[in-house]
Amino acid sequence: MKKTFILGVSALALTLAAPQAMAAKAKEIKIGFVTTLSGGAGVIGKDMRNSVQIALDHLGNKMGGVPVKVLFEDDQVKPEVGKQKTEKLLYKDKVDIISGFIWSHVVLASRNSVVKAGKFLIISNAGTSKIAGRLCHKNIFSTSWQNDQVPMAMGEVLNKRGVKSLYIIAPNYAAGRDMVAGVERTFKGKILGKDLTKWPTQLDFSAELAKARASKADGVFIFYPGRATNAFMRQYAQAGLTKTPLYSVFSVDSLSLPKLQQAKLTNVLGTYSTQFWAPDLDTPVNKKFVADYRKKFGSYPSHYGAQSYDSIMLIDSAVRAAGGDLKKMDTMRAAFRKADYGSVRGKYVYGNNHFPIQDFYLRKVIADADGKWTTKIEQKVYTNHQDVYASKCKMKKTW
Amino acid sequence: MVDPHLLFEQLFNGVQYGILLFLLAAGLTLVFGIMDMMNLAHGSLYMLGAYIAATVSLVTDSFLLGIAVALPATLVVGIFLEVVILRKLYDRGHLDQVLATFGMILFFNELVRLIWGPAGIEVPLPSILNQSLTLFSIPLPLYRILVIGVGLAVAGFLYVLVVKTKVGMLIRAGASNREMVGALGIDIKKIFTLVFGLGAALAALAGAMAGPIFAATIGMGENILIQVLVVIVIGGIGSIRGAFVGALLIGVIEIMGRSFLGDFFKLFLPDNAAETAAPAAASMLIYILMAGVLFFRPQGLFPARSG
Amino acid sequence: MIPTRETMVVIITFSLLALVPVIASITDVPFYLDLGRRMMILAIGALSLNLIMGYGGMISFGHAVFVGIGAYVVGICAEHEVVSGFIQWPLALLACGIFAVIFGAISLRTRGVYFIMITLALAQMMYFLGVSLDRYGGDDGLPLAEPSYFSGLIDLSEKTSLYYLVFVLLLLCLWICKRLINSRFGMVIQGARSNEARMQAIGFPVFRYQLTAFVIAGVMAGLAGILLANHTEFVNPDMMHWTRSGDLIIMVLLGGMGSLAGPIVGALVFILLEEALSGVTEYWQLIFGPFLILVVLFARGGLLGFLEKRQSPKKTSEGGDD
Repeated sequence: MKKTFILGVSALALTLAAPQAMAAKAKEIKIGFVTTLSGGAGVIGKDMRNSVQIALDHLGNKMGGVPVKVLFEDDQVKPEVGKQKTEKLLYKDKVDIISGFIWSHVVLASRNSVVKAGKFLIISNAGTSKIAGRLCHKNIFSTSWQNDQVPMAMGEVLNKRGVKSLYIIAPNYAAGRDMVAGVERTFKGKILGKDLTKWPTQLDFSAELAKARASKADGVFIFYPGRATNAFMRQYAQAGLTKTPLYSVFSVDSLSLPKLQQAKLTNVLGTYSTQFWAPDLDTPVNKKFVADYRKKFGSYPSHYGAQSYDSIMLIDSAVRAAGGDLKKMDTMRAAFRKADYGSVRGKYVYGNNHFPIQDFYLRKVIADADGKWTTKIEQKVYTNHQDVYASKCKMKKTW
Repeated sequence: MVDPHLLFEQLFNGVQYGILLFLLAAGLTLVFGIMDMMNLAHGSLYMLGAYIAATVSLVTDSFLLGIAVALPATLVVGIFLEVVILRKLYDRGHLDQVLATFGMILFFNELVRLIWGPAGIEVPLPSILNQSLTLFSIPLPLYRILVIGVGLAVAGFLYVLVVKTKVGMLIRAGASNREMVGALGIDIKKIFTLVFGLGAALAALAGAMAGPIFAATIGMGENILIQVLVVIVIGGIGSIRGAFVGALLIGVIEIMGRSFLGDFFKLFLPDNAAETAAPAAASMLIYILMAGVLFFRPQGLFPARSG
Repeated sequence: MIPTRETMVVIITFSLLALVPVIASITDVPFYLDLGRRMMILAIGALSLNLIMGYGGMISFGHAVFVGIGAYVVGICAEHEVVSGFIQWPLALLACGIFAVIFGAISLRTRGVYFIMITLALAQMMYFLGVSLDRYGGDDGLPLAEPSYFSGLIDLSEKTSLYYLVFVLLLLCLWICKRLINSRFGMVIQGARSNEARMQAIGFPVFRYQLTAFVIAGVMAGLAGILLANHTEFVNPDMMHWTRSGDLIIMVLLGGMGSLAGPIVGALVFILLEEALSGVTEYWQLIFGPFLILVVLFARGGLLGFLEKRQSPKKTSEGGDD
């Protein structure tokens, strides 16, 4: 009788243990990373790819003991190509997680595909207000910021520095208008003029700069990414505005500074920008990331790279929490929400819309000890700042 | 109401921008007028000129040397294109020409990306040129004054060439009646190659001069090409005088529109609406002008053709 | 009667297209469905362009504008919670028709290169307008929460259903083109391409015929736009950009201008080439550019012309038959 009882209990124990044994670790984790690898913006994608590489190096190419492979796809800055590549990653390559995305319009086009496939989307850059608000989703997380936050921080900076009047020049497209709206939200002084230029074709800013100078504003606020940065900076000096402080967002960074330096556009030195990060941000994780990046690639990483590094590390934390079993979506989601990983920006928390609530800094362009131009943090502007669209997201924060 | 200093400065900027357009339009209108060929690759030659000038001036630290090398180098490329490919297209319809030259644009953009990378080149200005001349208490960048000067010199040179020399006479004849010139026994092929080469050199000059203002970037040709096309349509195809007038007109309107349209709208629209409408309207201004000119004078302001 | 080579090509192409969903499910590569759908939608666009360009000789760089208008009407309706396809689609086609009448009335007063320029200008203006429309996303674009709803008739979110709907519509458009071209209307249009003065002299009101053709082409392009919006579940101003019109022009040329089925073949080949080449090298345009030049120089009738050894139409010079 005792034997049967023991046998019975053992059998019961075994059957109970069996499902656990069935829920196996994945053999390989595949991450699909959509970015831009061709054309002028290819430098951004390259920076992101490099940073992902550094992250994988730091992880030993494994997450939770399971080998990791990252598949990169080129969206060519086109929404329909981005969507096509996303679906290719999901259905042909059968990746487990989608990440990347520089551009808002590309991620907006691809969002539905990832949601329908029931996979996680970890956005490494695009900060469109739509995904922070109405289009938020339980499977979508961001390791960057929401677009408006960066110019809002700049508006705050302008107030603190006693800038009473401002002249705004920005390109006339969605991101440009967002930047202008962001700074207008927080800046308390007078806006003497606002010029929205044709994008991306207009590279001659002589008219707008003449008006800016004539207005005698205390400062000029701009947003000119990509190829426009150099053209603008050069014309800024030529227009006789060297005495007027220049405040920018998303224009001056580790990708544009080498070119600006090569062109000897010294008027860029001493200009200000705001961002959640700079290469000299003093956290142990960031120090290691920047040092290893410089050693391997010979230049400073940009914020795009830093955000991509974090995407990989965030994914790693979730995979480890699920013990390598990617089918445990709920466990992974809880881990994502906790953001309990070593981020380059230090510890942060997620808002209800899965966007980081984080600090923002004022940065100045300087020449480092080797004479290389880079951005340096001057002071903190925002502590634990949340984007203004969180209320538009229907998800409730339960963590 | 409007600050006269600002007005003058914007006029200056408009003229300078127009001069740059003229350098490109002159070559294109000649090719169009004489060979009846729509050459979209003109923008690619402009880009090549900018890149070569930028590279040479960076390596040798001499801006002048950059231009001196870019012009002949682009000229060679242009002539090669003309002899090998474009010559075959003179007899084809505009569609074939558009398509073939569109293929060239794709090719050159990728080639430039292959050789120089995707990021573009910055062209630093020599410090002498990097200052401003103050006129009526307005700082006018010396470099832009130089561009205007060069443009006027080129306009003068072209005028002398076309009006006073034998070659120019042949070019003018070819612009108004190609068959006749051929019937007269002149080797029309050589004239064509010459004209195309001239156009290529002008495009290269425009690119080399535009480099320090805009930076050499991939696709820079397409960006400006549409405005150049508007210039030659307004000016009249085949007419250099038309290209000059048209370019200045477009340049000034473009700059003035960008500067003052917003304030103008604010006179009768609420601020918010004015701010959104102005940039869109400013973009459309030159096209509305073109449509207007075509409506009243379909052949352009100074038609070269005899009908 | 022995079917012509062109008919054979049509039969083979459509048979292959019909089988794509089957192949996609067997090989478990749904991507083929997407690719096929995109090919067919662009084929409709190319067919519509062929009407005015291949047969009518009107080279329009603004044709993609109609694709964009069709797509945007669907997108804007969806944004305002009007999801019924029965409302969206007719509205979109109507909008295209109205725009086509206006654009055509302005543009068709010009000829040759001036026509090209005006259509280019219109394309630019519409593009900038789309970018400025902040309310509808500007250049960020407008995502569609769901495709057009046809209550019970057909479910467009079902990938295969949408595929076959596009397939049927493509066949329909091909049939419409065939009827149009082989009618008296088609004769007048083609006649006007080679010698407009002569057609006027015979007594045909050429402008009216050309405008009608322009409107029909515009509406058909709008249909492509509607389908595109449902296919990508996303609309943005890029759809109207003149380079997209350039893509359509290339497709018509590749397939063979002035041939009925040419645009379809052209669209298929264009997309396949783009897909295949971009997989091989990042610098695929280095190959595509010269390939285009070679086609223009030596394969003047496009691929179908190659098969039938037909010549493509020469420049519209004074006189000269074709």
